[in-house]
Amino acid sequence: MTRSSVRIGAGAGFSGDRIEPALDLIEHGGLDYLAFECLAERTIGLAQAARMQDPKAGFDPLLESRMRRALPLAAPRGVRIITNMGAANTRAAAAKVTQIARELGPSGYRTAAVTGDDVLDLVRAGDYPLIDREGTSRDLGESIVSANAYLGAAGIVQALEQGADTVITGRVCDPALFLAPLIHELGWASDNWDLLGQGTVVGHLLECAGQVCGGYFADPGVKDVPDLARLGFPYADVARDGSAVLGKLEGSGGRLDRMTVKEQLLYEILDPAAYWQADVCADFRQVRIVQEAPDRVSVSGGKGQAAPDTLKVSIAYHDGYIGEGQISYAGPGAVARGRLGIEIVRERLRMVGAKLEELRCDLIGMDAVDQRGMAGDPAEVRVRITGRSADEASATAIGAEVEALYTNGPMGGGGVTRSTRRVLAVASCLLPRDLVQPRVTMEVA
Amino acid sequence: MSRILREIAHVRTGDKGDISQIAVIALREEDYPLLLSSVTPKRVAAHLAGLSPRLIRRYDLPMLGAVNLVLEGALRGGVTRSLSLDAHGKTLGAQLLDLPVVPR
Repeated sequence: MTRSSVRIGAGAGFSGDRIEPALDLIEHGGLDYLAFECLAERTIGLAQAARMQDPKAGFDPLLESRMRRALPLAAPRGVRIITNMGAANTRAAAAKVTQIARELGPSGYRTAAVTGDDVLDLVRAGDYPLIDREGTSRDLGESIVSANAYLGAAGIVQALEQGADTVITGRVCDPALFLAPLIHELGWASDNWDLLGQGTVVGHLLECAGQVCGGYFADPGVKDVPDLARLGFPYADVARDGSAVLGKLEGSGGRLDRMTVKEQLLYEILDPAAYWQADVCADFRQVRIVQEAPDRVSVSGGKGQAAPDTLKVSIAYHDGYIGEGQISYAGPGAVARGRLGIEIVRERLRMVGAKLEELRCDLIGMDAVDQRGMAGDPAEVRVRITGRSADEASATAIGAEVEALYTNGPMGGGGVTRSTRRVLAVASCLLPRDLVQPRVTMEVA
Repeated sequence: MSRILREIAHVRTGDKGDISQIAVIALREEDYPLLLSSVTPKRVAAHLAGLSPRLIRRYDLPMLGAVNLVLEGALRGGVTRSLSLDAHGKTLGAQLLDLPVVPR
């Protein structure tokens, strides 16, 4: 029943990604599967907040528009869709897809929801050490909004075995969206660590979609990339032994070569010998990357070791407010006037008694992102003053005091913007994996 | 005039929580030894003087002609808490490109 190879495409590398390249892949890519990776670290917390306002909300806001365009193209071609667009309400997302399938035609269309990642009750009931800072989950107390475990491929594999045309998940390890169809189609064992390691390499290369095809790569004159407005998304042909050939559609923009693949392989990796996933601890050190033809690159040699006995959990929690104000200065003396503006606002915030835990003052154009300490006078600077407070009024005072520089500050300030936002921060802990089980529910249109 | 890193390598920057990660990849295989001697944690820390990471680790990947720099505690609490304009630290790798290249 297993086949000799499977072709998987990437349909999105983040929640707001372009849709056309995904549709092109479905129509012209000869795909077996298309995976949309749409869940950033904070997304579930934000989605959970939306769900508390409306019990039918809490999944990716673009799910409906994406699926309305993708499903009618994918269904007749037998392209199965896998996505984490379920966010904080996977069941509601699956219901929405089923509704779209009913409206747009394909009868008998099967949509699976993979749940089990929501571990809020477990985390609230327990006390787990945080892995990225001091303290424990209990210290976050009532401020916790959501807690989701990074599931592996198992739930998705189960859904595919049950014949799902589309599989919707919440939080899963990003590469698992790609690893699952490989396990399902190629008959890989759940303890064949080298195959799972190589499959993770493939998933890791695909999960950011356009990035492996020359997105986030261009540096004019040094690393040129053609036609980025029409950047193509990648697909991979993966054989039973795990070896893969990456490609993109002929005529699409971008470039796919050893340079783009190397950059993506190492993207957001810490120790390349131990890339921890729910399914495997992958080892990228022996990966071989070979240009086979223009825009065709083979990738092999990923290895792996046994999966960890814990799962990473991402906890979103309310963490006060951040207020910000910006104002621009230009012409001779711009830097000095910007610095004077900053001094005035600092003093004013003390005078009005703003309770700030942290205040940061930048001159954009001088030192806001640059860490090298470059000298020289720019043509313009933009003052940016931002601070954190437990208290909304104190955070809002920052923008108000920057705005007041118009009539009370240095000459020639312009273009004030100001904002106050509630902060949703993320912390992480580990849970024993036997406490977390994926569940599959199927809806048929 | 001495050469800069941009002439021998390309970079990609990512983040994980409060950790910034910069992959530095040799453009030509033969320049890998030069990359190793130039991109040391100590020289990176001195070049990005405005950062104050707890620790910089370097993982060498000879098969890829690359090193992976892991800057722990470099992102002021990480993207969800940082007050930085570039909370992800995505611009850091590009700032490394004018690091002067030095032979061993």
